[in-house]
Amino acid sequence: MSEGKLRQDPYNILVTGVGGQGNLLLSRLIGLMFMKKHYNVVTAESFGATQRGGSVNSQVRISAKESCSPGIPANSAHLIIGLEPLETLRQLAAYGNPEVKIVCNSRPIPPSSVMTGEREYPDHEDIKQWLGALSAKAWLFDATTEAMKLGRAVYANIVMIGAMVGAGDLPIGRDDFEAAIEGVLPAGEIENNFKAFDFGMSICLSDDATCRYFGD
Amino acid sequence: MSNIIDGKAGDRLLITGNAAIARGAIEAGISVAAGYPGTPATEIIENLGKAADAHNMYVEWSANEQVAMEVAAAGSLSGLRSFTSMKNVGMNVAADALLHFAVAGTRGGMVIVPCDDPGCSSSSTEMETRVFARLFELPLIEPSDGQEAKDMVKYAAELSEELHVPVILRGVTHLSHVSSIVELGEPLHLNRNADFKCDGPMFDAESGVATPQPMLVKHEQLQKKLHNAVSHFEASPFNVYTGPEHPELMMITSSICTSFCKEAVRSLGVEDRVGILKLGTTWPLPPKLIERHLSMASKIFVVEEVLPIMENDIKSFAMDLAEKIGIKKFHGKADGSLPTVNELNADLVVTALAKILGISHEKSVPASYTQLAKQIAAENVPLRGMSYCPGCPHRATFWLVNHALKMDNKQGFVCNDVGCYAIDLLPGGFQTSKTGLHMGSGMGLATGFAKLDKFGMDRTVFAASGDSTFFHAVMPALVNAVHNKANVTLLVLDNSGTAMTGFQAHPGVTYGASSQKLPSVDIASVCEGIGATVKVVDPFEPEDALQRLLESVEAEDGVNVLIFKQACTLSPEKKHKQMFDMRVDESRCLGENCGCDRLCTRVFRCPGLAWDKDKGKAKIEDAMCIGCGFCTFICPQHAISKTRKEIA
Repeated sequence: MSEGKLRQDPYNILVTGVGGQGNLLLSRLIGLMFMKKHYNVVTAESFGATQRGGSVNSQVRISAKESCSPGIPANSAHLIIGLEPLETLRQLAAYGNPEVKIVCNSRPIPPSSVMTGEREYPDHEDIKQWLGALSAKAWLFDATTEAMKLGRAVYANIVMIGAMVGAGDLPIGRDDFEAAIEGVLPAGEIENNFKAFDFGMSICLSDDATCRYFGD
Repeated sequence: MSNIIDGKAGDRLLITGNAAIARGAIEAGISVAAGYPGTPATEIIENLGKAADAHNMYVEWSANEQVAMEVAAAGSLSGLRSFTSMKNVGMNVAADALLHFAVAGTRGGMVIVPCDDPGCSSSSTEMETRVFARLFELPLIEPSDGQEAKDMVKYAAELSEELHVPVILRGVTHLSHVSSIVELGEPLHLNRNADFKCDGPMFDAESGVATPQPMLVKHEQLQKKLHNAVSHFEASPFNVYTGPEHPELMMITSSICTSFCKEAVRSLGVEDRVGILKLGTTWPLPPKLIERHLSMASKIFVVEEVLPIMENDIKSFAMDLAEKIGIKKFHGKADGSLPTVNELNADLVVTALAKILGISHEKSVPASYTQLAKQIAAENVPLRGMSYCPGCPHRATFWLVNHALKMDNKQGFVCNDVGCYAIDLLPGGFQTSKTGLHMGSGMGLATGFAKLDKFGMDRTVFAASGDSTFFHAVMPALVNAVHNKANVTLLVLDNSGTAMTGFQAHPGVTYGASSQKLPSVDIASVCEGIGATVKVVDPFEPEDALQRLLESVEAEDGVNVLIFKQACTLSPEKKHKQMFDMRVDESRCLGENCGCDRLCTRVFRCPGLAWDKDKGKAKIEDAMCIGCGFCTFICPQHAISKTRKEIA
């Protein structure tokens, strides 16, 4: 769906993950995709005290009308791109709502308390159930393994962009991705980026989602 | 792809507020720019450093904000346009210099950009810099978005040049670190020759010597300049009213709060009831403009971050005008409509606006949803607290310091400072540090504590400093400690760069803001020259480092400096390089039966070490471990071994 209107205006996308995963690049690429289609884009980043390994999030707001205020209002995310399951769950109380859609990389990055054996990392099936219970639709899938097949874990971020497009709320498509990455991602990696994008898109288009409606 | 350095007029870029401000400096014809790194301002000077060659600028990372202000002022006094930028508290360091340049007067346009941090997302305090404009009688402007952030730099430079006074352009975190679409203008290359004219009469702004003397004459001149700023501000395109002719409520706002006000009005659908006066020029406030807008409504709602500064100014106007325009009802900080700590957001302004207008405003999300989301997070999602990175030399240093002070057994403590090493104060560190305040505070405080022996204080005191902090503010305190014979040890945690903000240059490194090669100043030689006893140790050679620490503790008098030299794990020189291959010998690790209380994972807590639950033993987490080798030292069973890696 590379033409048409935003399902909601402004449309709010929350990108959440762990410092060093690539939040900044991801929100920038999303912003560029929409800027090239003449939308107003505002992205707010958490940086500063957020060091490597800390919780980070980027907030992208898109509008066909006027420029929005930076920062997504409480419980008003329309789409959450989760680069890590715990970070996705962490943000739902603040930004989630029964209508939100979630695309989430299932690859865990354990917090230090899990590494030291003080806490447990939640079970995959529980995560799936919680994400389902707190969204209109959630896709939980291993983007990192797919990225590693292409040679580098960072392609997982591009898988997530493909998933975002595949989730179907947004008037953008593969051609917009192509336009946005030109001059931003290394030319030698374009092919792999397309493969990563296509994989992500196919996941969400296949509708093989952990799909549950809140309140069921 | 276009960027802020070589982008053409008309190009539209998705850039941060900081990048927009840097581009603004390029379009304002700035020739000299200097600063000291600090979040959220860092990327402004960083970007200008990269642009220096293309736009014939001189850009430097200065030793501290005061020096940066002086370097910029020299440019201005010589007729060039100049620029300095700092984080909120950096303005305190630069303040004395700024006051004197304000009174003495400037020549080429001089723009001061402090970036405040409402909400303290990366600052020690929430201090805001708007008060300096009032205190020093300087014009203040505040951009409301990325586009204005860029455009206002030029406006500020021109205004400064016309009035012969520095102009302050205040940023905030939500301007600096927010990306929006900005349309570029034309870069300006003024090609001026630098010439400092100083043979005219003392009070002449163009040709006198640079001094606030004669003081009262210059003070009066400054006030005239400020008065002239008012006439510019009355007509400024950055002050904009949107709304009905006679709104029920007039919102008055500035900076990024403008976007929160617009969003609040839009989301409540009260465009026909509420007007928004967005002010770009906030000191001195233009009286006619204020009067005109106060006259339009009987209720006023002032929206600003953080303190009610503009609110109080506008109230004083309203009081003077009461006879003419009637009594106004004010909402804002004083009546509790908005909080006086933390940054604002659209939600806070929507809620306050709804209450003032008497509109019911309920959350659209069912309480059962948020309850469930909160419960799931609270029960299952562990925090990712602030801690040292894997293989951080500061963790090693503080482990050793902690040990040395325990062995000394005199309730010893560390006066910490500002940098990544302040993590020692937090649960992620070992909490050997008991003070952590402003830049340079560690050494001054430690000296003070050490001098209290005659009043019964008998505790060992260490001061901590980073390499950048050492040059910034520790040197005078070190001189003071030597001269006053304080029995104190300064630990300089030298990780070869201003690591916390992203490896900006400081006087101890061999490169500058534009990546040019520069001579480095050797910290050890400086300390020796001052008269301290200096030892350089490597925190990854723990036996030697601990020995030196114990010697310092035992030393009877005088100032010892121990330089813990080891580059930051994330530094460009070290990134992705592994010194050792680390292994845990499972036959030696006794797990929970050891009696060490799992020292390596529970206490030392390097992310490179993990607990293997199935085996009940420690293990190396290969994905995280950077192979520094330090943990071989901490295991009482010597179960961790290191093998030097062949580096190709």
